[in-house]
Amino acid sequence: MKKTPLHNAHIQLGAKMVNFSNWEMPISYSSVIEEHNAVRNAAGIFDVSHMSIFDFDGGNQVAFFEKIFANDIKKISRDNKAIYGALLNEDGGILDDLIIYHANNKFRLVSNCSTRDQNREWYEKHAVEFGVKVIERSDMGILAIQGPEAMNKILAIKEIDAEANNLESFGCMFDGDRLYAKTGYTGEDGLELIVPNMAIIDLWNQALKVGCVPIGLGARDTLRLEAGLNLYGNDMTINNHPYESNLGWTIDMSDKNRQFIGKDALLAIDQSQSQKMVGIILRDRGILRSGYEIIHEQGKGVVLSGSFSPMLQSSIGLARVDKGYQENGKVFIRNKALNIEFVSPRFIRKVKMQP
Amino acid sequence: MKNIPGDLKFLSSHEWARVESDGTITIGISDHAQDLLGDIVFVELPEVGQALDAEADVAIVESVKAASDLYSPLSGEVIEINSLLEDQPEIINSSPYEDGWFFKLTPSDMSELDNLLSPEDYSEVCED
Repeated sequence: MKKTPLHNAHIQLGAKMVNFSNWEMPISYSSVIEEHNAVRNAAGIFDVSHMSIFDFDGGNQVAFFEKIFANDIKKISRDNKAIYGALLNEDGGILDDLIIYHANNKFRLVSNCSTRDQNREWYEKHAVEFGVKVIERSDMGILAIQGPEAMNKILAIKEIDAEANNLESFGCMFDGDRLYAKTGYTGEDGLELIVPNMAIIDLWNQALKVGCVPIGLGARDTLRLEAGLNLYGNDMTINNHPYESNLGWTIDMSDKNRQFIGKDALLAIDQSQSQKMVGIILRDRGILRSGYEIIHEQGKGVVLSGSFSPMLQSSIGLARVDKGYQENGKVFIRNKALNIEFVSPRFIRKVKMQP
Repeated sequence: MKNIPGDLKFLSSHEWARVESDGTITIGISDHAQDLLGDIVFVELPEVGQALDAEADVAIVESVKAASDLYSPLSGEVIEINSLLEDQPEIINSSPYEDGWFFKLTPSDMSELDNLLSPEDYSEVCED
């Protein structure tokens, strides 16, 4: 299994380690719920160095991203900003979701861990016609510092350029080869630090010293679920298009001349007939889990992600359901029909989803 | 070394059984099991009066991460369930052998106790 530069640090902190897409990663250090609450109430730090990082060199990078990325890179290509969106295949199926950062005339891309090889090949294949060189940064890792006190903690870490405190939501900046960005996967304020492996241990130790609580992948999942953020592989796969994955807002067709991969397939979809991704709250006792079947007055559906929400103190989930759902439905848990409520997937509302 | 009381018998799937002075059996999950599961957020218990077969799945315990089955160490009839777990399932994490018990049964065949693991044997299961 692959290890991040912080592997020993996790072991020393007593983390329970798990195999996550062939990376040995911390699932929790103390308790998932305690870690979750630390991020909601104070500040936590995550080692997410298993994510894939790519830089790009030369050629026409804007044109390259205009072609492969379903959101419009021109929204950020003149600013120091990040943009979230999907990588689609010709059929409009979601290959991955990713964030592209742009600052100091450089692009950096972060996508999922399990899709690393597929994406590298995809980028390389499509970069040729634009003369762009794809550089995988396996020499880098990512720390996320998140929570209402995250920015105060970051201010106390001397290693981090104080300018980072002035970043706005989805803003980003390079400090040498380090990228500091106001993005995250928790719904909280905070930064993601995309930095060389050599710098990670020191940054991690300094963050712990100023009071950031180490957070494992267990709480990362409950935090992102409360924030209504999709998990690739769970909530959407190559067999789903963006309109049934709550990603319609990331599809930008405002530039009529832009021909991105998957556009024609998306134009052929009748969105009024598509299934929809919704949030669900279980109103009876139990825990929602991926794969449970759902019915409502006019159709059916399935739970994609489900867990316990420490903030709502009940079970919540994301589901894909037929159109025509009203407020309530049923979910089948071990052959029992239990009551669910359909809600916005944004169970908590704190941070903007886009610049 | 995990906390394993000496007066209990175990299944390798981490359930414990305690013979009470009145001959009834109390069932729960081990400290090792609660540690593996992490924060427990939901428990589905059998019903009072329900007849159980030894090693049949009789309850569900769900942590934040996953749902797991609980198997009855012995056959018998359920005579009491720990209704405290309905609102405070986290008691299983803090007190797996005392306040966090799952249910009590009247055993139909006490000799089934011989099929269960001693604390020493169970502790070896936990080491693996």
